[in-house]
Amino acid sequence: MPGLGVVFWKELADYLGSRRFIILFLLICIIGTVSIYTAGQTIAEELARSPSEFIFLKLFTSQGKGLPSFISLLSVLGPLIGIILGFDAVNSEYSRGTISRVLAQPLFRDAFINGKFLAGLMTIAIMLASIILIIFGLGLRMLGFGPAGGELSRIGIFFGISVIYVGFWLSLGILFSVIFRQTTSSALASIAIWMFFSFFLYMLAGLIADQMAPVGPEASAAVWAKHEHIRDLIMRISPTTLFGEATSAVLVPSFRGLGLVALLSESQIPTNPLSLGQSLLIVWPQMVSMIALTAICFAISYLIFMRQEIRS
Amino acid sequence: MGLIVETRNLCKYYNGVKAVDNLNLRINQGEIYGFLGPNGAGKTTTILMLLGLTEPTSGEVRVHGYNSTREPLKVKRLTGYLPENVGFYEDLTARENLRYIARLNGIPDRKSDRLIEQVLEKVGLLEVADWEVRKFSRGMKQRLGIADVLIKDPVFVILDEPTTGIDPEGASQILQLIVKMSKDEGMTVLLSSHLLHQVQRICDRVGIISQGKLVAEGTVDELGMEVIGKGKIMLEARVSRLTPNLLKALRQLEGVSEVDSSGNLLRLRCSRDLRAEVARKVVESGSELLELRGRDYTLEEIYLRYFQGE
Repeated sequence: MPGLGVVFWKELADYLGSRRFIILFLLICIIGTVSIYTAGQTIAEELARSPSEFIFLKLFTSQGKGLPSFISLLSVLGPLIGIILGFDAVNSEYSRGTISRVLAQPLFRDAFINGKFLAGLMTIAIMLASIILIIFGLGLRMLGFGPAGGELSRIGIFFGISVIYVGFWLSLGILFSVIFRQTTSSALASIAIWMFFSFFLYMLAGLIADQMAPVGPEASAAVWAKHEHIRDLIMRISPTTLFGEATSAVLVPSFRGLGLVALLSESQIPTNPLSLGQSLLIVWPQMVSMIALTAICFAISYLIFMRQEIRS
Repeated sequence: MGLIVETRNLCKYYNGVKAVDNLNLRINQGEIYGFLGPNGAGKTTTILMLLGLTEPTSGEVRVHGYNSTREPLKVKRLTGYLPENVGFYEDLTARENLRYIARLNGIPDRKSDRLIEQVLEKVGLLEVADWEVRKFSRGMKQRLGIADVLIKDPVFVILDEPTTGIDPEGASQILQLIVKMSKDEGMTVLLSSHLLHQVQRICDRVGIISQGKLVAEGTVDELGMEVIGKGKIMLEARVSRLTPNLLKALRQLEGVSEVDSSGNLLRLRCSRDLRAEVARKVVESGSELLELRGRDYTLEEIYLRYFQGE
């Protein structure tokens, strides 16, 4: 496609040199490092008492003293990164008056928006890859050993899931940047969706589940199961939930499944770690859903953008 | 002379409202064509259709023989477009902004290095090539816009309001540039502007568009004769002494249909250029001829005549 590469490299250079990228990157580096550091201390103490498997992965999933784990931090900061990178991707081109000049050049209109999306995705990948490398270094120093082969492939998959997750928020930001001509409107709309998915959906899901399967003190196990099932189903609209589930399954090899049944059976079955293939099988639906959500968001923005009038 | 732009029965409706209505535009190679009309008359819509950025509801647009709707990439490769309120990436330097456009046009960097210097020199911005565009004044940005158009070496250039909001000196520089690129490089130019005296100064032909229709087209003199002279030539003569005999003699001249006088100024409406005959009659009458000229039409008069009724 003519122009796609040119737009991609220009946008990537813009992103990587932009102040907002540097600020975000510093922020996530500092928070990530502190979180990993405290988690590492706790793990090192545990390790001295009883050695166990997959210790390196615990750096990502365990909480330190008073600090949330790295994956829960990422599930909160990820949307912020995606939105900040995407919310003004297209409408700022209108307000600066650059869009008609660029689209009057011999390139297809889709090359413009595709290039922007791919450059944003690449920026996210670079950011996450660097933070994971920092974690490697930090873990190596604190624990005295690096990730084992099995752990490496799990971290690789975790990296992929995180890129998709942040990519979803990027595509949401881009969608609003196509819909709204004002950058403030698109920023606010994106943040509203983020808050809805991150906080309100949890309450909403609880409310709906209570309505459909009321649970009292004498409720049977079946009703409880139905209640939880409905709640989970609604919660899974949110990419934040999907990300949480997917990363837990990949980074905690003994993770059996999601929902009440798995929770109940965990107490009866010995928690042997699953093979990578088995873990992947558990999170496959979550990964597909996240990719689908991202693709839908991007497809809508693509369609709207292709029909938009190019007047500044 | 070949046709660079040709539209056939071009129509564009927005929600049933006609923005462009059966427009037939023809622009010849090497011409500077002034495209005039009030705001909302359909000028920008027409321009966007020429570039293939908007699809016509019906009709056809051809630029350099390519159909703009079906082969927009070929049209855009040959056409430079300076939009109204042109904008640049403010964090990038002038050179970087131009390099981006050069790359989008598939010009390799080793070639564009020299090209960028050339066009920046042409518009007089070579010394500030490495300034960030945010430091540029409005006039500098507009000149950078011209450089941006020239970088792809276009055969056809569309300039939408290139001089609005610029001081007279800057505007005059831009006009000179436009004339220069038309004369030196044989570029065809479509110039849309509200500054009628500027258009009159540099355009070979003008077209006036009103409510999506082309209501007049031609050189300024042709339009003036048609609109104001009603097909006649107007002459103005200033004499030292106006006598009734002179008036009578002039009225009897063949081809003169009307003679007005106010003070020592005579206005004649003639079917052909009668300057020699008029001069002779004045001198024969014993008066002195102080001044005799064909009436100049200004584009402003012509333009206002078209839109007076509205």
